[in-house]
Amino acid sequence: MQRKDLRILLGTILCLAAFPWLVQPLKAVSHYVDVMVFAGIFSLVTLGLSLLMGYAGQISLAQAAFFGIGAYTSGILTSRLGWDPWAAIPAGAGLAAAVAWLVGIPALRLKGHYLAMATLGFGVIVHIILAEEVEWTGGPSGMVDIPGLKIFGWKLNSEIAWYYLVWGVVLLTLIFCFHVIHSRIGRALRAIHEEEVAAEAMGVPTARLKLQVFVISAVLASVAGSFYNHYVTCLNPGSFNLMWSMRFMLMVMVGGMQSLWGTLLGTVLLTFVGNEWLHVFAEFEMVVYGSLLLVVALFLPKGLVSLIPRRLFPSSAEKSSPKDGNP
Amino acid sequence: MKSPNGDSSILELAEVRMNFGGVAALKGIRYRVPPGIVQAVIGPNGAGKTTLFHCITGLLRPTDGEIFFRGRRIDDLPPHGIARMGISRTFQHVALFKEMTVLENVMLGRHPRSSRGFLATGLRLPGMRREERNIRERSLEYLDFVGLGLDADLAAGALPLGKQKILEIARALATEPQLLLLDEPAGGLNMRETEELGTLIRRICDQGTTLMLVEHDMNLVMDISDRILVLHYGETLATGSPREIKDHPRVIEAYLGES
Repeated sequence: MQRKDLRILLGTILCLAAFPWLVQPLKAVSHYVDVMVFAGIFSLVTLGLSLLMGYAGQISLAQAAFFGIGAYTSGILTSRLGWDPWAAIPAGAGLAAAVAWLVGIPALRLKGHYLAMATLGFGVIVHIILAEEVEWTGGPSGMVDIPGLKIFGWKLNSEIAWYYLVWGVVLLTLIFCFHVIHSRIGRALRAIHEEEVAAEAMGVPTARLKLQVFVISAVLASVAGSFYNHYVTCLNPGSFNLMWSMRFMLMVMVGGMQSLWGTLLGTVLLTFVGNEWLHVFAEFEMVVYGSLLLVVALFLPKGLVSLIPRRLFPSSAEKSSPKDGNP
Repeated sequence: MKSPNGDSSILELAEVRMNFGGVAALKGIRYRVPPGIVQAVIGPNGAGKTTLFHCITGLLRPTDGEIFFRGRRIDDLPPHGIARMGISRTFQHVALFKEMTVLENVMLGRHPRSSRGFLATGLRLPGMRREERNIRERSLEYLDFVGLGLDADLAAGALPLGKQKILEIARALATEPQLLLLDEPAGGLNMRETEELGTLIRRICDQGTTLMLVEHDMNLVMDISDRILVLHYGETLATGSPREIKDHPRVIEAYLGES
């Protein structure tokens, strides 16, 4: 990680650590801890999506489906087959990886937005399976009585415990992503985004890298889905449809596609907005999201982080390392 | 290294044909490029020069025929595999990663000469930091070699066209090619820049890299080339030294005479 990122990371950790102690005592906002647990869970999805969409330039409309695969896999394995959640979560991740690989191989060999189309269809299929496969998934009425999580025999039964677990995982994931983007792999992903043919001619195995980043984004979404499942302890297929894939995409775009900090910012912001205020629009919520998407794409293509002065915030295009400095 | 036919060429084109629908862009090119030279490929627009470069670098798969690089067949490899074997190129229309810095563009060229994958980089496994530092240092050397050292931290898209063309060469050099293909390197350059480009090309050749270039600037071609291949409507019209080509009646008629 770069120096500026490290400083922001330290600040973020402090804010996150203090947050529950600040809002918990205030009755009116004490449920913000709960909202932040969801924001953390969604951040796992959107960090993966940021690598895939913001850096590699590949659009996936199936992130909610991978989220659902993780949720239902760990839901079914724990509540029906008696697995331990800590074994079920990797099983869901493995399944999501295998499925992403199968969907991605044909779609990512081609240049252009074939992944968007393939994942659109795939997302719909997954949603139908979750809603119709009544025997295993409970169909439209979903599943209940899913066990919560335990760490070394200690049951996570408070929102604060969940909050720290989830955001701990988010921060580790964030550091992983930072290391990737400031490496040869990150440069290759951005190169694919900008000039795929030139990247390939310079020796970047573009199809393989696109497939790998797609699989990683699916694994992160699946792990997030498993956490979601064990946190809310009940499931219904409505949380895993195209609408949710659009929401994840919007979270990444609002904050800033090609910025991991922007992705976190957008995710927290939209989770709060969605939870606290947007429900007044009821069935018109989709219209609000659609309009927001349009506004961001037209007027703020680099997201909210592009509004923050460069001095305070490193963006990917201009950074000077302390060693070679500007002349 | 010996090619199948026993001589010491670095690149051998064996009856390379390329059809686009009903149009034959290359009609069975047979040619051998000896190592260590500057090989120019000239011909009027539509002669098939860029198509030939695309075939050599794997961006197009020849309809028929075979291409050998240092005796090994390469026409069935993907472009990134060919790059890894030691062929690199620049593009007729500059294809830099414009939002990345000048230095990052060259660092991308180190991709086939480094190895860490997703997990190794994400988890910062041992050796990561050293590899990244190596990539950076080697890339700065290439930038210094072409004379862009001072522009390392600028966005590539912010450079003037002349420097962008040179940056593309630096990025290609960073892959450590044994054969470097330049597609119209002087296109859009002024006279002074073209002169400097000529010097740079000779310096690259002197370091042991074989170069092929497609170029329309005849002064530059005659100046720096050791051998010239003239294409005309997808066929070989003539081959030889600059002097031989200059006096070749068919070349004068078909190409130089027109312009």
